Amino acid sequence: MRIEVVRRENADSTPYLQSIEYTPKDKNETVAFALDMINKGGYKDTDGRDAAPIKWEHSCLQKKCGACAMVINGVPRLACGARLREFEKQGTVRLEPLKKFPVIADLWVNRQVMFDALLKLGTWLESDAVMTEKNENTAYDASRCLQCGCCLEVCPNFYAGGEFYGMAACVPASRVIAELKGDTQQSLKQGYDKHIFEGCGKSLSCKNICPTGIETDRLLARSNMASVWKRLLRLK
Amino acid sequence: MSRVIIIGAGLAGLSCAVTLAAGGRRCCLISKQPSERAQSVLAEGGINAALDLMGEGDTVNEHFEDTIKGGVYLADAEAVRGLTENAPETVMWLRALGVPFNTENGQMIQRPFGGQKKRRTLFAKSSSGKMIMSALIDEARKYESRGLIKRYPHHEMIRLLIDNGRCTGARVKDSVTGKCADFSGTVVMCTGGMNGMFPMMTTGTTQNTGDALAAVFMQGVRLSNLEMIQYHPTTIAASGKRCLVSEAARGEGGRLYILKDGVKYYFMEERHPDLKNLAPRDVVAREMYFVRRETGGQSVMLDMTALDGKTWKNKLPDLRQEVMEQLSLDPKIEPIPVKEGIHYFMGGIDVDPFHRTSLEGLYAAGECASIYHGANRLGGNSMLGAVYGGKRAAGDILQSTSANDDTTEPGFEEAGENESFFEEAAPEFIKNVSDILLDCLGIVRNEDTLKNSLGRLDELTGGLSLNDREKARAELAAAMIKCALIRRESRGAHYREDYPERDESLCTMTSAEVSGGGAEVGFKQKAYEGAVL
Repeated sequence: MRIEVVRRENADSTPYLQSIEYTPKDKNETVAFALDMINKGGYKDTDGRDAAPIKWEHSCLQKKCGACAMVINGVPRLACGARLREFEKQGTVRLEPLKKFPVIADLWVNRQVMFDALLKLGTWLESDAVMTEKNENTAYDASRCLQCGCCLEVCPNFYAGGEFYGMAACVPASRVIAELKGDTQQSLKQGYDKHIFEGCGKSLSCKNICPTGIETDRLLARSNMASVWKRLLRLK
Repeated sequence: MSRVIIIGAGLAGLSCAVTLAAGGRRCCLISKQPSERAQSVLAEGGINAALDLMGEGDTVNEHFEDTIKGGVYLADAEAVRGLTENAPETVMWLRALGVPFNTENGQMIQRPFGGQKKRRTLFAKSSSGKMIMSALIDEARKYESRGLIKRYPHHEMIRLLIDNGRCTGARVKDSVTGKCADFSGTVVMCTGGMNGMFPMMTTGTTQNTGDALAAVFMQGVRLSNLEMIQYHPTTIAASGKRCLVSEAARGEGGRLYILKDGVKYYFMEERHPDLKNLAPRDVVAREMYFVRRETGGQSVMLDMTALDGKTWKNKLPDLRQEVMEQLSLDPKIEPIPVKEGIHYFMGGIDVDPFHRTSLEGLYAAGECASIYHGANRLGGNSMLGAVYGGKRAAGDILQSTSANDDTTEPGFEEAGENESFFEEAAPEFIKNVSDILLDCLGIVRNEDTLKNSLGRLDELTGGLSLNDREKARAELAAAMIKCALIRRESRGAHYREDYPERDESLCTMTSAEVSGGGAEVGFKQKAYEGAVL
């Protein structure tokens, strides 16, 4: 099959498309595996050039770390979760970097804006967590966020540098909101109001796309109630 | 000394950083990728502490004894005493940070785990590592906002800075720009296991390449216990790696069997009636190897079909999802084939109970440090070892060094042409070294294969012009093989078919040090050497 990669030497250079013919040896092979094989050498593109090392972030290779998020045939997902056999019929897989984040090189983007949002919001506990039967599942689901950026990629309301921080900020914030003590941490709640509640258009494309299956709508509803409608006490 | 420099931002690194920050000490957290990508997020089963929440009369002393026994008497007793005594406090600290440990009737519960008779393992379904990481990440961010932790999240330590036999800092490379900077201060290595010595053959991350460990080894830091590699009994094939099936699967009732003449033979239950499927990992992995040999290569199967829906939902949901993803099989309705896979490294940088290494000014914590687990690590003790170890190192730094108000940012500059340890090892070289190691450091080892492998390693490196990282990797590999050679006995994860019995005189860890002409290995004379108490 053909693997097309939108490549770019660095942030200032012009992007170009590189097409590589690749034959999977195993039916379970993922896009991540193919990238690794190509990078180990011996592949040329359809113009006869060396398919030189393609830059991409990777770590766990099993959908648990969020490193390898990229756009695959137009859909943002984890490369380690995309099996080549899904694309057998089409015959082509196109790999592009996430568009909402600045490119460093090839498929490698700078996702620091997500972590900066969490710093600005203040998504941490100022005192001991209050853990009860009622917030345990919320805390669990919210703690599963990979900070991969797929949700931001599909969100119609998010853009880097904007006032709306997106679901990637809402999920970690939801853990803290669920666990914080009573009426404390007002600035987090105000930040949530301004940077999450106000900007969210409720398209829920984030829920659709989340590679780890977080129920973003449920977290949103709960955190809205706590932060915006201030019905906090009922939930502890 | 300026800020404390922590290399690695997983459980150990984060724990060290937040403890230092809480004590008012500035530190920098240097990692190749943000904490969310660290290997710690893959940990599943749980964390041990003798809280006796299950009312079985569990005690710290029993946790201590299980750990010492599980490690087959190689781990230092004083260090393990500290680990097990402080485990309850460590877990309660994590609880206060908001880790959603499983509860029943409003109280945390503990699950049974390998090598332990009492239920001691606190857990968050089957994603305990991720849960603890999320809480620690948020806590670290709090201190980041206060200027106490400075993150360098796309940075790699390439070597230590050493002056007059003291570690004075680390040379760090920014992987985005390729530029390097000298960071001065006390260094804490939290770089994780040497998974990269066996690419694609372990349950870990691609980022733990083994380069950092190999570099400090070449710079003279003593390593220990290198032959002790944990093969986790239950892993499954995944694209590009081995994928862990947590011990929790057996903790919650999963059973291992193999077909012997068409009949299910529950070999662990027959051969180990006391702990059965929850015998220590080295015991299980070895039995699996033997029964496969006895039955002409049948697959060992893990049967979780008897577990009820509630258990699947509340305790193993992510595990089930993972198996379905990787094997297209539902473990709830059918048994799955499992095989041993490299999962953890008990050995690494030799440290004392305060996590000080043989090099003054250098600490190590987490999987990269060799201290608590001896010849075999118990399930649930890894996360404990990392979190406690990070705290312990921070504690010693707070006590024995003083803060410095110098907050000058190190200047990143273009690397020189001959910048040491800068160039990466070639993938082919890495694979060749790995193939040699896999051959001789499997579950069953013998003198001939080990000696042959040393010869093959010599041959491989003899003809090539190697860069610093490649030389270091070869030296580390040689040390691993040599340690396995000199341990002429079987103990824990190290099984020699030519010396199948335990030799009581070999009751200390092996150690390895590079001096002049290469790696020298021997047995440690006492638990820790050169430590100033």
